Amino acid sequence: MDAKTLIARRCALELHDGDVVNLGIGLPTLIPNFLQPGVTITLQSENGFLGLAPLTGEPLPGLVNAGGKPCGMDPGISFFDSALSFALIRGGHVDATVLGGLQVDQDGNLANWMVPGKMVPGMGGAMDLVTGARRVIIAMEHCTRDGGAKLLKRCDLPLTAAGKVNTVVTELALFRFLDGVLTLMETAPGVTVEDIRARTEAAFVVSPECRPMPA
Amino acid sequence: MSTQGKRISYAELRPRFRDGMTILFGGFMAFGTPEGIVYELLASGVKDLTLIGNDTGSGGSGVGALVEARRVRKVIASHIGLHPETGRQMMAGEMEVELVPQGTLAERIRCGGAGLGGVLTPTGVGTVVEEGKLKLTLDGVEYLVERPLRADLAILKAHRADAKGNLVYQRAARNFNPMMAMAADFVVAEVGEIVEAGALDPEAIVTPGILVDALILAEEH
Repeated sequence: MDAKTLIARRCALELHDGDVVNLGIGLPTLIPNFLQPGVTITLQSENGFLGLAPLTGEPLPGLVNAGGKPCGMDPGISFFDSALSFALIRGGHVDATVLGGLQVDQDGNLANWMVPGKMVPGMGGAMDLVTGARRVIIAMEHCTRDGGAKLLKRCDLPLTAAGKVNTVVTELALFRFLDGVLTLMETAPGVTVEDIRARTEAAFVVSPECRPMPA
Repeated sequence: MSTQGKRISYAELRPRFRDGMTILFGGFMAFGTPEGIVYELLASGVKDLTLIGNDTGSGGSGVGALVEARRVRKVIASHIGLHPETGRQMMAGEMEVELVPQGTLAERIRCGGAGLGGVLTPTGVGTVVEEGKLKLTLDGVEYLVERPLRADLAILKAHRADAKGNLVYQRAARNFNPMMAMAADFVVAEVGEIVEAGALDPEAIVTPGILVDALILAEEH
């Protein structure tokens, strides 16, 4: 199983029946493929609706996801304007968001919106989502392409939000912030705690209940 | 009232354009952007514009063409990543870009049309967004004071209008349009159809017609 599939599968287990969820573009959009039987979620799309579904058949006018791509509608979809959309997000009406990350640090800070001098796309809805969603789950590969740590003592890229991350899922591990402490909860198949330490700069504790990641 | 009502042509809109003006434009990734009015702005030669909207689209759609033609002095948006020329002009210092979190952008525009002096939001606390802004701590929570945004002109896209200017949108093409209808000195909506007053379901109307100064029937460009 490749890293992205493993991460998406594990993230899917974080979502509960009835949750309202906002998924970032890229890897998080794979997550609905791996929901457990009996788990039905409602997907919120920041551009103004609840009830996002995969595209089936021909694209409908005016219907795109947050990446601007044609999408489908669940029965019972509702449309609204951007102010209401972000009132839902900031106001605690979205149970979980799953977003990618460039860096997460041991204080729960997230950087995922810009690399000064290189990539300045804008934050879009990410700052509101990370600030307002009840559970913030970061789905990212454990290291950068050249092997550098992404779980750091302190983010050196501009932050998306300070101290808001709840859970980090990588192809090596699952961490949670428990009482503000970065805690290793699960190790991926064939991965040891030592492997994870070698590729993680952030200080973390190993939960007494640390277990293999459910496949 | 006849279906003529508030209807004008693209040519009749053109005298409203002024160099240096500020324009609110509806749309998210160009869905909900009045492409015909953007084309008219381009054809008019108007310049030094400040554009306020969610994003500068991607090549070939949305307001990006105005950026490419160097008609824009400043952009206020949440996202420019899918229109590389906006980023290039920003990096080169050729155009000013103010990046605003999307929810904050929506609220600032809402404030501009709702008679509010600003909004308190936790979004952006502890990030570069807070630089230069007033911060308040209320009940132990830190907030940024975000100020209203208004414009000289708002250009909207709606699915249908009636002769009074009441607007109904189409799915996710609604996005920023309803707030913008309240936050500009002159509001024009490009629409797919104009029907008699009374022909739209009153419960389905999103933007009341008093907010809309002019309607243009969409044309293919």
